[in-house]
Amino acid sequence: MLYQLRNVSKRFTKAKETLTIFDNLNMDIPEGDFVAMMGPSGSGKTTLLNILGGIDKVTSGEVSFAGNRIDGYSEGQLSEWRAANVGFIFQFYNLMPMLSAAQNVELPLMLTNLSGAKRKENVATALNIVNLSDRAKHYPREMSGGQQQRVAIARAMVSDPQLLLCDEPTGDLDRTTADEILTTLQVLNRELGKTIVMVTHDPEAARYAKRTLHLNKGVFEDKMVMA
Amino acid sequence: MANTLRQISAITRINIKSIPQRFWMSLSTIVAIALVVGVLLGFLAMGNGFKKTLSSSGTKDVAILLRDGSDSEINSVVMREQTQLIEEAPGVARVNGKALVSAELYVVVDGKRRTNGIKANMPLRGLDSTGFALRPGVTFSKGRLFRPGTNEVIVGSGLVREFSGFDLGQTIRFGTSTWTIVGVFDAGGSVYESEIWGDVSVVQSQFKRLNSYQSIRAKLASPDQLAALKAYVDKDQRLKLETRSEADYFAAQAKQSSDLISNLGWPLAIIMTFGAVAGALNTMYSSVSVRTAEIGTLRAIGFGGFPTFVGTLIEAVILAAIGAVLGSVVIWLFVNGLSTSSLGGSFTQVVFTFSLTPRIITTAILLALLIGFIGGFFPALRAARQPIAAMVNE
Ligand SMILES: Nc1ncnc2c1ncn2[C@@H]1O[C@H](COP(=O)(O)OP(=O)(O)O)[C@@H](O)[C@H]1O
Ligand SMILES: [Mg+2]
Repeated sequence: MLYQLRNVSKRFTKAKETLTIFDNLNMDIPEGDFVAMMGPSGSGKTTLLNILGGIDKVTSGEVSFAGNRIDGYSEGQLSEWRAANVGFIFQFYNLMPMLSAAQNVELPLMLTNLSGAKRKENVATALNIVNLSDRAKHYPREMSGGQQQRVAIARAMVSDPQLLLCDEPTGDLDRTTADEILTTLQVLNRELGKTIVMVTHDPEAARYAKRTLHLNKGVFEDKMVMA
Repeated sequence: MANTLRQISAITRINIKSIPQRFWMSLSTIVAIALVVGVLLGFLAMGNGFKKTLSSSGTKDVAILLRDGSDSEINSVVMREQTQLIEEAPGVARVNGKALVSAELYVVVDGKRRTNGIKANMPLRGLDSTGFALRPGVTFSKGRLFRPGTNEVIVGSGLVREFSGFDLGQTIRFGTSTWTIVGVFDAGGSVYESEIWGDVSVVQSQFKRLNSYQSIRAKLASPDQLAALKAYVDKDQRLKLETRSEADYFAAQAKQSSDLISNLGWPLAIIMTFGAVAGALNTMYSSVSVRTAEIGTLRAIGFGGFPTFVGTLIEAVILAAIGAVLGSVVIWLFVNGLSTSSLGGSFTQVVFTFSLTPRIITTAILLALLIGFIGGFFPALRAARQPIAAMVNE
């Protein structure tokens, strides 16, 4: 099992008021899965994705990744863990505007010990997979939303992480462009075996996944949450 | 460690590349820091230049005697009889039996600044050929020495540079008397270059000081004879005089005045430093907040908090360094070596030049880097510590 969440609770405390997002949530995600996560706004989808990605902490409960408890990791351990295992894809792409497509894609490789030549080679491969080889030197402002999201996908997978976490990756794109992006994600899942968790509003988008979970007020409405 | 360095360099590169997005804000921070550096350098160069002029004025083998309690020539009075006693004093150098003692008059006359025509106090010194001989560094750049018994005067080159009406051949009125300028002299950048010199007996009669002088200078047989002369003067009830070496006399004046200049400069620079720190903080907070999503994304990807912190700090320090260089270059090009004058210890104008030293420049640059460090520190802390989840969706 790639992910095991056991009795996970998440609360935000602000000005003496406590907001409970989930209480005793359980979830399994096997390796190679492609999960679409749907649910109304504010139901906690992003929060859950952030917990899976190690950029937010649980209030209580256990989060295991490949058999290792990551909920107790320090900030530094989490940084290294993310660099090795997670690729993030955001709704608004989150590219560095002052860097070219290739430079953006290269960022995760700065955290490895690869040589400059090897980094360039991997960047070229990643851009090729998302069909953007001819845009390597372009800057984000010179590209369409769909192209920028493809750069972001290349960045997320360039260091070959097991996991891709996507928060509404097509939320800002038109239907045709969204389908291109979703097809690319499907290819990454089917052919490269990436495990993907994707938050989406869009039932059409959810169809590209292997299964869909529905989160409502911090509770899954589905039966098949646990393996 | 190599990895940390690589992360720092990647983040620093990204930060620097993003500076043009905040061009005006970054520029205003650079300018504020340049101003601090400029003001501090200006004052320190001024104090240093002043000190250099005064401390090059005195030698250890000439004693200067002033009335007890006077620390400058202007408020000292010495009588003719006292001069005669000094001529017989031990430790004084003699040539063919004649003591090298110069009784000098020092009166204040008016001059006008070339730049704005404003009146200022100029020293007119009356001396004789012995007094002239006690300043071996004096050379004529134009004209010749005044002839004894005439209303001829010679003027220092610094004074001619800063004040009008003192060119060679001009006549000039001091009170009721009229004088002709017959020579312009250099004196190794010393305070004498800010003086007018005339024959002592003529100055005495024109200013009605028939029996009195302001100071006595005595050439010592050797510098260590100062003690002997001082002991002799202190013992004699008729000589209520204070004996110092010329070097000590000018060093004390230099310290007083240059301390004053520095004591004005530092508080001003420090007040401006607070402004510059506020500006740098503002720029860096804005740099960090405008790029919250970018920084959060970098950290989500796996860039560490420490490299994020250092990269942001370096951005601020680089802005400060640019400001420091800008301020230094401007002062170096436009102020260093500039001639100016200021009130000296005798309430007369002393002409000197702004003078930068590596030490002064280092001081100002360190201050600028400190501004950058403080201005970057807290924003960098925020960039490194803010929860990532809250940053990436900004
Ligand atoms: N840092 C935070 N502090 C306080 N409340 C938060 C924070 N992050 C999210 N929330 C709240 O948690 C709830 C779930 O948010 P989120 O996970 O973003 O929902 P979704 O992605 O499903 O729309 C919302 O009510 C939101 O306001
Ligand atoms: Mg959300």
